[in-house]
Amino acid sequence: MRRGIAATALVAALGVTLAACGSDSGSGGGSKGSGELSGTVTWWDTSTVGSEDKVFKKVAEDFKKKHPKVTVKYVNVPFGEAQNKFKNAAQSGSGAPDVIRSEVAWTPEFADLGYLAPLDGTPALKDADDFLKQASASTQYKGKTYAVPQVIDSMGIFYNKKIFKEAGVEVPKTIAELKTVSATIKQKTGKTGLYLRGDDPYWFLSFLYGEGGDLVDAEKKSITIDNPAGVKALATVKDLVDSKAAITDATNGWDNMQASFKDGKVAMMINGPWAVADTFAGKEFADKANLGIAPVPAGSAGQGAPQGGHNLAVYAGSKNLDASYAFAEYMTSAETQTTIAKELSLLPTRQSVYIKPDVATNELITFFKPVVEKSVERPWIPEGGSLFEPVKVEYTKVLTGQTTPEAGAKAIGDSYRKLLKDWK
Amino acid sequence: MAVDTPSQSVAKAAGDGVTRGRSRGTGDNGGAVRRSLSTHWYAWAMVAPVVAVLGVIIGYPLVRGVYLSFTDANERNVARSIGVNEIPATYEFVGLDNYVDAVTGSQFLATLGWTVLWTVSCVAVTFGLGLALANVLNRRIAGRSLYRMLLILPWAVPGFVSVFAWRFLYDERRGMLNQILSGVGMDGIPWLNDPTWAKFSVIAVNVWLGIPFMMVALLGGLQSIPGELYEAAEMDGASAWQRFRHITMPGLRSVSTTVILLSTIWTFNMFPVIFLLTRGGPGEATQILVTQAYKFSFEISPRDFAQSSTWGVLILVLLMVFAAFYRRVLRKQGEVW
Repeated sequence: MRRGIAATALVAALGVTLAACGSDSGSGGGSKGSGELSGTVTWWDTSTVGSEDKVFKKVAEDFKKKHPKVTVKYVNVPFGEAQNKFKNAAQSGSGAPDVIRSEVAWTPEFADLGYLAPLDGTPALKDADDFLKQASASTQYKGKTYAVPQVIDSMGIFYNKKIFKEAGVEVPKTIAELKTVSATIKQKTGKTGLYLRGDDPYWFLSFLYGEGGDLVDAEKKSITIDNPAGVKALATVKDLVDSKAAITDATNGWDNMQASFKDGKVAMMINGPWAVADTFAGKEFADKANLGIAPVPAGSAGQGAPQGGHNLAVYAGSKNLDASYAFAEYMTSAETQTTIAKELSLLPTRQSVYIKPDVATNELITFFKPVVEKSVERPWIPEGGSLFEPVKVEYTKVLTGQTTPEAGAKAIGDSYRKLLKDWK
Repeated sequence: MAVDTPSQSVAKAAGDGVTRGRSRGTGDNGGAVRRSLSTHWYAWAMVAPVVAVLGVIIGYPLVRGVYLSFTDANERNVARSIGVNEIPATYEFVGLDNYVDAVTGSQFLATLGWTVLWTVSCVAVTFGLGLALANVLNRRIAGRSLYRMLLILPWAVPGFVSVFAWRFLYDERRGMLNQILSGVGMDGIPWLNDPTWAKFSVIAVNVWLGIPFMMVALLGGLQSIPGELYEAAEMDGASAWQRFRHITMPGLRSVSTTVILLSTIWTFNMFPVIFLLTRGGPGEATQILVTQAYKFSFEISPRDFAQSSTWGVLILVLLMVFAAFYRRVLRKQGEVW
């Protein structure tokens, strides 16, 4: 008899384990009949932890004030991992959020893979004419809209005014000036000029655009990274590191960059509006006036910074689409964007927000607005999110001297040719 | 993953096995099975749940992985159903293409080279240090149990915790190691930023993590060697080195062959150390086969399931060949396995 019990227990235990594997953490709800939204909306935010996330969490949870029966579950996923994390969860259908803050290049990719719900004709796209054209571009895929623009950004050079004054230098306008300025800073103060982020290819783009290069040319369907311009850009960043004008790291770049700059160990870094709130938390910038921002230094072909930003996209497999649409609308509404712009100096995507009194006078926003207008648009193709990994590997290899700029550029080009089948 | 399982091919393979068995002309194969079932039915019943669990947890993914390695499956062409979007599978069978690409491409061979170097150096250093420490702790020294406790500590701390601690120590600008170096007036070392130093650093961490296991296993082996042997050898005037060479080493042989095999297999697939310390960087300098296979499946986009499976199967084949070869060498030396 005892044997029977043991066997039953075993079978039961097995059943439980197997059932646990396949369970799905759904969030039921919706607007059944009564017209009032209910249920849970899980939102994956990718903003900077320790500064931006606090504000976003509060704003997201205030959604309850408008819809008392909806609970917003705020989850902060580190930006560097969010793309893969979302793809893993979205494909298996378990553990995916209802709404994700999707980087502009990820949006067409997610849409192409069928992970996003089309938003045309849903409440999510309220007052869509108000959005900046530049911001809406990345939300379109094959004639449908798959996301709502939340913020838009570009990059500039952040500098520590105190160190500049001490060294008696002006903000560099070109890469050549950047080198002389760094040398003077080192000589006068013993500090390093620039922190160059070496583990994230996004930080390489302004150097690439500055030489007149680009990753790919989507109109001509050709791969341009291994042109002379791309090689020259790789050589430029390597030279900055080799000549000690800049320091870099192969891992942990974000934390090291922010720490070095906030503690006044380096005088400059290239960064975007998303770093402002975190930078102000540093001891060097207790007096906010110490932070200066200028356009990125120009390469031989002029100035070029990438246009970036984030959209809010709704997961196609969400169990609570109605509440998710409403949440996406709320997070991108003029009212919310005004709050975010005031608190975090992030650039709104709605034209109507720029003329709001507190936003129009915000120094950072008024600085970045023209920069964004001039910034280089990336190709909004489904492969847009795949273009960075090959650059990341070779960029780091070039900086650490494992390969030459020529070989690095060629290796990136070769992997693009595998990815984009019929491109030249 | 709503892809049709290759159950037919599995069934066929099993059928093949049966026919092959019969065609051997023994003919009593079925009878033997029946006999063993009737006499040992109880044992079979006890084993069945384990077999079922292993089949579900290991067998199915293994078969599926092998199957995927013969296709061109990636994120874009596997079947998925997401809410309103139903997307059917469109990947195709490509035969041995993936294997040909892997074995003829430079990436696999370069990664394999570093993986072998990493495995050999980790196992050799860990074994050497573990043996030395075990010998020290095998004597009657004051505070022996305290030392043993301390040396087992790396084993007791969860792996990822230690690796993160090491990552902080290694940090080029804020890490403790470089602060100590600059304290004594030396230049900081780019522990994880320089390809060669990064290789050294990951090996150092893995050795640190691996010593406790080696030490405990070898200590157990040492304690099973009878003391009389040493006494007799001393009576005959053997030196300390001779005693070690002719009593300790042969006495430890069975333990050490086992721990070397285990530790080789573990180190070959030591995912967390590489992944958490360097993510395979700088560039791809410290990427071992396992972390690279993970990268194909989870980090690049579109995620390349086929290539990842191919590398996984190749890893399995390599380790099986190694284990078989190792056994053969041991057998030649007269070890019973």
